[in-house]
Amino acid sequence: MKILVAVKRVIDYNVKIRVKPDHSDVDLTNVKMALNPFCEIAVEEAVRLKERGVASEVVAVTVGPKAAQEQLRTALALGADRAVHVQTDERVESLAVAKLLAKVVEEEQPGLTILGKQAIDSDNNQVGQMLAALTGLPQGTFASEVVIENDKAQVTREIDGGLQTVELTLPAIVTTDLRLNEPRYAKLPDIMKAKKKPLAVTTPADLGVEIQSRVTLLKVESPAERQGGIKVGSVDELVDKLKNEAKVL
Amino acid sequence: MSILVLAEYHDGQLSAATAQVVAAAQQISQADGGEIHVLVAGEAVSAEAAARLDGVRKVRVADHAVYAHQLAEPLSALLVDLAGEYTHVLAAASTTGKNVLPRLAALKDVSQISEIIGVESDDTFKRPIYAGNAIATVQSADPLKVITVRATAFDAVAEGNSAPIEAVDTVVENAQSTFVKEALAASDRPELSAARVVISGGRGMGSGENFTLLDGIADKLGAAIGASRAAVDAGFVPNDMQVGQTGKIVAPELYIAVGISGAIQHLAGMKDSKVIVAINKDEEAPIFQVADYGLVADLFEALPELESKLSGPS
Ligand SMILES: Cc1cc2nc3c(=O)[nH]c(=O)nc-3n(C[C@H](O)[C@H](O)[C@H](O)COP(=O)(O)OP(=O)(O)OC[C@H]3O[C@@H](n4cnc5c(N)ncnc54)[C@H](O)[C@@H]3O)c2cc1C
Ligand SMILES: Nc1ncnc2c1ncn2[C@@H]1O[C@H](COP(=O)(O)O)[C@@H](O)[C@H]1O
Repeated sequence: MKILVAVKRVIDYNVKIRVKPDHSDVDLTNVKMALNPFCEIAVEEAVRLKERGVASEVVAVTVGPKAAQEQLRTALALGADRAVHVQTDERVESLAVAKLLAKVVEEEQPGLTILGKQAIDSDNNQVGQMLAALTGLPQGTFASEVVIENDKAQVTREIDGGLQTVELTLPAIVTTDLRLNEPRYAKLPDIMKAKKKPLAVTTPADLGVEIQSRVTLLKVESPAERQGGIKVGSVDELVDKLKNEAKVL
Repeated sequence: MSILVLAEYHDGQLSAATAQVVAAAQQISQADGGEIHVLVAGEAVSAEAAARLDGVRKVRVADHAVYAHQLAEPLSALLVDLAGEYTHVLAAASTTGKNVLPRLAALKDVSQISEIIGVESDDTFKRPIYAGNAIATVQSADPLKVITVRATAFDAVAEGNSAPIEAVDTVVENAQSTFVKEALAASDRPELSAARVVISGGRGMGSGENFTLLDGIADKLGAAIGASRAAVDAGFVPNDMQVGQTGKIVAPELYIAVGISGAIQHLAGMKDSKVIVAINKDEEAPIFQVADYGLVADLFEALPELESKLSGPS
């Protein structure tokens, strides 16, 4: 079985972004970029399924500018076999990303496609579900466990009330949650080897997808800053302040 | 034109978030004057609670085994069937809403706007991005707006209504996904995302057993108990307790963070709380920058003392 993993280049999760003075967007100049943490978990899961003999090949795909090839190389260093880069400099909305990924799914025919549950820049949490809709496949979102058996995937999902397990026919779409696995670190020899792994470049036009924008970003603002408060010297003072000043007790 | 709100149930009870999503729908319809309908989908679910929500014109009930566990495949197919009558479809940005609505959007070839915190007009909304470190104002040109709503950003509508209830007969096929089992956290405490007081523990709690130190305080305050990602990852407590960018969003009157450093991902889930208290032994911990009241102390000493000094029901 082939596994397709969709990965996104995003800001490093440690970076606190700043809004541009003209409020047109956030300022990403000279900001450290990385593989979206949930995509790292997705790559790790695919590689583990290959190591267990469940999968035969792991293909990583990204939609984005030339620089996103860095993240494909990271995925290759983590164990993906080859990569597909859908190259574009345009701002691509989730629905268009899902349409492009659907074309790649059509070409590659993976048994399983794994995505992150959420990109930590847009915080959208939607591409996996949209891809499932467009390919007509079942979805196991927010996965904390994936078991492949008898042409089915048993996916345990992190839901608001606890955990839910669903069984999906294959092929299927899975999105990762934090507890699915703990991604490995790429070792230097793997990083070197990754440079030689195949990376195919295509474009939205090649895939026959027209990138449309339906949502206009009118403005980006900083959130209201919280005023830092005070330090209290004792539990007694804390209780007193909560009762008599904040009046929340 | 009308707005459809997908109701949500927990353990057969209408989730508190639904009344907040209806409030968001009201703000949208103020701009365009439309009716608000609520869709209740499930098996043997009661629509009465939804019909009591003010502002709701009609409750539509799809009662069938195929909708029993709100699986995305049948629920999105049902919504596709109904969506033609509406300009907006709204759901809470819960794990159910997030699972189902993007699927509906793609099937209708429209975008989905995630987790709005403000309504500017019937097509323009505010939503947090980058872990809440920026707020985007976005305008949708789609004929159908598919939107998830951050419930804590809207004040629930009152309950004095008795909207008519009407059955929806649509039954869809689903051979692709099957419900296997659910392990739901059983708790007498209030729902985390709707509690008036939340007390959360982090890695500093040291173990799952030590979380019992929060119990007595939570009892006295009627609080829900939350956690940081580190506490969940370490196996101290289950995943449904995680507060943050990628966990639950809370905005209680009082949030008490214990043994939590205050990473941006955690702050994203709680910084809209009215009053924030932090208990941490490291006076440099970033959590103190957002705390109204910070107590630099060892939690193992501070918590028992705090419990003993609170008056409360028990
Ligand atoms: C993709 C992604 C998503 C994430 N999503 C979330 C999320 O939704 N929610 C979330 O919380 N995090 C999230 N994180 C993790 C986040 O970055 C932090 O790692 C996490 O919040 C740290 O948890 P913590 O504060 O409990 O642990 P630490 O950062 O280790 O802090 C522990 C604190 O406890 C204090 N302490 C220790 N012992 C004591 C004692 N005896 N008494 C008093 N204080 C003590 C220490 O001084 C320290 O400040 C995410 C990270 C990533 C990469
Ligand atoms: N530009 C992209 N290229 C490839 N995969 C993407 C892209 N954007 C989003 N994804 C995938 O979809 C997941 C969820 O993203 P989102 O719905 O944008 O929060 C990510 O973790 C990726 O796996």
